[in-house]
Amino acid sequence: MSIHSPHLPVSPEGRLEERFEEKNPPYDDAEAIAEANRCLYCVDAPCIKACPTAIDIPTFIRKIATGNVKGAARTILSQNLLGKSCGQVCPVEVLCAGACVYNDWEREPIRIGRLQRYAVETAIAKDPALYQAKPQTGKRVALIGAGPASIAAAGWLALEGHEAVIYERKELPGGLNTLGIAPYKMKVEDSIAEISWVLSLGNIELFPGVEVVDEVSGQGQISTQELLEKYDAVFLGLGLGADSKLNVPGENGEGVVGATHLIERLKADPSLRLDGVKRAIIVGGGNTAIDIAHELSLLGIDATMVYRGPAADMSAYEHEMLHGRADGVKVATDRVPVAVVRDEKERVCGLRVARAENKRPVPGTEEELPADLIVLAVGQNRATAIARAFPGIELDGRGRVVVDAKTGRTGNPRVWSGGDCVNGGKEVVNAVAEARVAAQSIHAFLAGA
Amino acid sequence: MADLSIDFAGIKSPNPFWLASAPPTNTGDQVMRAFDAGWGGAVWKTLGNPIVNVSSRFGGIDYGNTRMMGLNNIELITDRPLEVNLREIREVKRRYPSHTVIASLMVDTKEEWKEIIERAEEAGADGHELNFGCPHGMCERGMGSAVSAEPKVLMELASWAVEFATKPVIVKLSPNVGDIVEPGEAVLASGAHGISLINTIKSIMGVDLDRMVPMPRVGNASTNGGYCGPAVKPIALHLLSQLSRHPQVGRLPISGIGGISNWRDAAEFIALGSTSVQVCTAVMHYGYRIVEDMIEGLSDFLDERGMKSVNELRGRAVPQYKEWGELDLSFRVVADVDPGKCIGCQLCYVACMDGAHQCIHLPGRSEAEARAAGHTHIPKVIPDRAVIAKGGAPGARVPFVDEDECIGCNLCQLVCPVAGCITMKEIPSGKPSETWNDRAQRGDDFVPGGLRVTEAARKARGERA
Ligand SMILES: Cc1cc2nc3c(=O)[nH]c(=O)nc-3n(C[C@H](O)[C@H](O)[C@H](O)COP(=O)(O)OP(=O)(O)OC[C@H]3O[C@@H](n4cnc5c(N)ncnc54)[C@H](O)[C@@H]3O)c2cc1C
Ligand SMILES: Cc1cc2nc3c(=O)[nH]c(=O)nc-3n(C[C@H](O)[C@H](O)[C@H](O)COP(=O)(O)O)c2cc1C
Ligand code: SF4
Ligand code: SF4
Ligand code: SF4
Repeated sequence: MSIHSPHLPVSPEGRLEERFEEKNPPYDDAEAIAEANRCLYCVDAPCIKACPTAIDIPTFIRKIATGNVKGAARTILSQNLLGKSCGQVCPVEVLCAGACVYNDWEREPIRIGRLQRYAVETAIAKDPALYQAKPQTGKRVALIGAGPASIAAAGWLALEGHEAVIYERKELPGGLNTLGIAPYKMKVEDSIAEISWVLSLGNIELFPGVEVVDEVSGQGQISTQELLEKYDAVFLGLGLGADSKLNVPGENGEGVVGATHLIERLKADPSLRLDGVKRAIIVGGGNTAIDIAHELSLLGIDATMVYRGPAADMSAYEHEMLHGRADGVKVATDRVPVAVVRDEKERVCGLRVARAENKRPVPGTEEELPADLIVLAVGQNRATAIARAFPGIELDGRGRVVVDAKTGRTGNPRVWSGGDCVNGGKEVVNAVAEARVAAQSIHAFLAGA
Repeated sequence: MADLSIDFAGIKSPNPFWLASAPPTNTGDQVMRAFDAGWGGAVWKTLGNPIVNVSSRFGGIDYGNTRMMGLNNIELITDRPLEVNLREIREVKRRYPSHTVIASLMVDTKEEWKEIIERAEEAGADGHELNFGCPHGMCERGMGSAVSAEPKVLMELASWAVEFATKPVIVKLSPNVGDIVEPGEAVLASGAHGISLINTIKSIMGVDLDRMVPMPRVGNASTNGGYCGPAVKPIALHLLSQLSRHPQVGRLPISGIGGISNWRDAAEFIALGSTSVQVCTAVMHYGYRIVEDMIEGLSDFLDERGMKSVNELRGRAVPQYKEWGELDLSFRVVADVDPGKCIGCQLCYVACMDGAHQCIHLPGRSEAEARAAGHTHIPKVIPDRAVIAKGGAPGARVPFVDEDECIGCNLCQLVCPVAGCITMKEIPSGKPSETWNDRAQRGDDFVPGGLRVTEAARKARGERA
């Protein structure tokens, strides 16, 4: 493993995320065994089908119950190299645990995510050498971005004996898994620790602070052309781009901030202080919106989500809304922002909203909601411009990289892709599942099949 | 990865995990699917003169939320024609030459034993297991467990088998005997090459209280069946230890059976002297797939212990089995409650109060209250410790152990619902190690205040200086 950076990995002290308590703290052995023994070891189990990476859940849980924790970890990691963080961050309520047969019986489903985290963490802590990489093949793969998609793909390729080289424009690897996940689920250092383990699996190099660009114009850049020349294959794990804007008056300037940008600072920037902020309005009704609203609320800030449609149309998960509300998040539905209101010193003092019908403002219904911070969680732009620089790659109407779903291969026969930039933004586990498909296809290609 | 392969009386097997003779080894298709799943060997469902089976034939016993902690059955040996079974054995051996297939046999007369052994060998079986264990249905006809209970008969039948067979002969014993060493020695004397145990234990699983018929019910009646599954493991381990410790019998390879469900159970049997292990109930419950965990778990365990092969584990725990008289009377443990884990249910309190030595106290009680509750010994201080576990109810208290009075019986630890909450802490007794046998040798193997005649007699014999 090697990481080419003077200051990495770091998680400096004083970050706001340190104030959050873990929602699902790790199990100790006795707790894990007790929970594992509840699992029925179903056959043709619905939980497996509900997991995007199709982990053999009953088998890994039984192995925990018999004390075979290492084996449990192998069962998980063979399908999902980021099994540890998935155990922490997956929306299990709508995935594996949501499908558990116990639900049909009106009993609490098995805590699959927590057991998964327990197995992987415990096994790796005891003996990180769970796998032995195959002998070097001499083939080299470049991976753009160090999000879950690229990290997982790099791990699997390295286990097959290929050399994997990751270019990440940010200083910290992990993409949104490191910098976007709500801190009560997982902190920066947890994600970095997992990445370090994956990087140790074989011949993997990570270059943080290096952006892949169409044409190099300065330091810390590498061109797509150079990647195609130097490597046998390329994987694009670009993720999504910057937060979208509302395009309303008063939006530009201090006091209005993109949600993923704010979360990133909350997690990794010790200089961020929200001391003056009493009231925040979060515009949006998706999972990013509820996440940041929940986080602000836990920091003692009065947080209100403003959404332009009815509650039933909000795309945030029900369980996330429930937890957020329990921790003080307020919700104002059927309201469209029309302007950011600023005081004489240009400081944000509120958001002007109109009542909405069919998500459109009704004239004459405007009101002003007081706030000193406005967070925009209305989607992320596509970061896929760079994808176009590769000859043959197509983007669909929504800016997503087009791939063959069975192989993850793009229109360029030496370029594969997966994760948010392909699926438009789903979960970590989807990025890992797509990365696995791509890694298998890349391996078959490199092996000359 | 550790080498899991074994040599059982000359029978080679890729791993020690065999299916016991029972429904999971009823047909060739099943055995082949099991081999594909990873099982190293299979003991075919007992062959004999085809017989008939009844319906229903299994009963289960649950404990708490656990289904089928024990299983019993009144199934007899195979009801499929011998010809069909032999044809399938031949097919399995042809397709899986390096896996172990053992023919389990049970017939009556000498001629029948000769014929069935020859035919099993013709079919390619790697060895024979003589079923002297079934406790129901066949023993009334002088077969099955009736043979295990009659060492003379056992020896005679087994020596016929040894005479007729060119392949190793394993004798499967019944636990339904007074002293397992007797049939064990009979096996040795017969010249047979190995032992397997245990077959099932005589049992009645329950009574249907509406019909007033024991279970499992066949029409309006039932009979005793054979008990197996996780519940019988302790009995099986004990009987195994009796044979593996035996200076002569212990040299025979032993196939351990009874309640094995996972790699840990298997490792325990092997540590107590088994060369291979056989599994029936766990497969009937969860299918052949459980073997993946057994192989992986055992192999990782051996690696972690620095053992290169499963043979290195065999018998490791045998020397530590001692007679009671050889145990150290000075060794002492006392209960220790972890306040960070305790949830305040006080189950340990009531267990100790009514089932042990009244040395666990409820915190915050006065001496008078403690006496009224029935404590006869009151420690100087009974601290008032609140539960600090995450899940503990507000106001709940952590019980207090009066260490001076605690006899270290383990009861509280065994009833505590939170694993790891009560541990038994070793405390120096300040006395040198001493066994009952040491005392007997010195002649002070009595306790002052016991029967006066014993004391007087021993003194008179001059056993005490
Ligand atoms: C606020 C928020 C909360 C979330 N919470 C959860 C959750 O609780 N559970 C869950 O499962 N999922 C959650 N997700 C979704 C999840 O984080 C993503 O689906 C996942 O991270 C996608 O992985 P990826 O590798 O495709 O992209 P990303 O994680 O976005 O990684 C892409 C990486 O590529 C880098 N990159 C992009 N372009 C270049 C370039 N040209 N050169 C170099 N580097 C480049 C980026 O800097 C980034 O590090 C959340 C997302 C957000 C926004
Ligand atoms: C339904 C059933 C049928 C069995 N039939 C046979 C048999 O034909 N021959 C035999 O030697 N043992 C037979 N057994 C006993 C098993 O081989 C084994 O010795 C016993 O079940 C203990 O192992 P377990 O606890 O893993 O089930 C049978 C057991 C069961 C449950
Ligand atoms: S990866 Fe996620 S969805 Fe799949 S089993 Fe694990 S926690 Fe559940
Ligand atoms: S559905 Fe639930 S009980 Fe069944 S195997 Fe999956 S986790 Fe276990
Ligand atoms: S020690 Fe165990 S049994 Fe005793 S009160 Fe605490 S949790 Fe209950």
